[in-house]
Amino acid sequence: MLDVLAQQAEGELEAGLTAVGRGIVYGGAAIGPGIGIGLVVGNAITAMARQPEAAGMVRTTMFLGIAFTEALALFGFVLSFIISG
Amino acid sequence: MILGLEFPPISHLVEWPTLFGGEVFGVNKVVLLMWISVGLVFALFYVASRQPKLVPTGVQNVAESTVEFVDEQIVQQTIGPDGRGYMPFLLTLFTFVFICNLWELIPLVQMPVNARIALPMFMAIVVWFVYIIVGIRHQGLFGYLKNSTIPPGVPKAILPLVAFIELIGILITRPFSLAIRLFANMLAGHLLLVTFAIITQSLFAATILGGALPLALLIFLMGFELLVSFLQAYIFTILAAVYIDSSMHPEH
Repeated sequence: MLDVLAQQAEGELEAGLTAVGRGIVYGGAAIGPGIGIGLVVGNAITAMARQPEAAGMVRTTMFLGIAFTEALALFGFVLSFIISG
Repeated sequence: MILGLEFPPISHLVEWPTLFGGEVFGVNKVVLLMWISVGLVFALFYVASRQPKLVPTGVQNVAESTVEFVDEQIVQQTIGPDGRGYMPFLLTLFTFVFICNLWELIPLVQMPVNARIALPMFMAIVVWFVYIIVGIRHQGLFGYLKNSTIPPGVPKAILPLVAFIELIGILITRPFSLAIRLFANMLAGHLLLVTFAIITQSLFAATILGGALPLALLIFLMGFELLVSFLQAYIFTILAAVYIDSSMHPEH
């Protein structure tokens, strides 16, 4: 095991760990907004089904809610590119 | 290198060589596309309004339905009837962002201008200046500060913390998230299309039948990206309108 580790090229471990870190950063950042967007859209659909005449207003507010929630996932997406070994 | 698939580094996908110009003011493909978009937005509304007809046809039809969409779906829904004064600003913003995004799907061009942070960041800064100046003009400097940082009905004990968070939100988080949202969405869409194009190409090289499935998915994703580029232009504009509205009509 140890002699296999010793054969690693310089910086290979760092590159691998960076790749793992990027995956964790984006994956972690997507959990909360995933649940959040699900809640926003689900409740908007319920509202539209109950009050079809209010659908236009609900849709505008839904897109606003999605935009605010989604921003957190996108921060994670950008951060995963910024992280470099 | 994943399963024999050669994927180029991210910088290779969004960085373009300088075509002409010096070190500082070098012009590359993205800047060129941005200039073309400016020209297209100008030409659209200039040609449409040069000889207006009572029954719109062609270009005038496109321009009029854009104006109607921005007025009914964005301005009236957020600011209300007295937001008509901000129509020209929001209309230009919507059309420009949409055309810049559309370059993602045009064959042989296929580079969304907003996938580089410079343009979204600049537009977010412009929106930042607009809503702060509108707030100061409508409520005065101290009125704007007080109305936007002190929400009604907050207990006195946590008021300093809430006021600080609200202030950070208005000064930093709003423009930052506005820029990042547009930028990251367009970059993600671009990467998605590139990934599926590469998979299609390498599977075609292996077996012609194997390339059919990713190709079908690629075509589907291009339709999806058309939706995303429209939606991002809509969201960028509607958030600008919401921020202007919160500067014009403070909550009591």
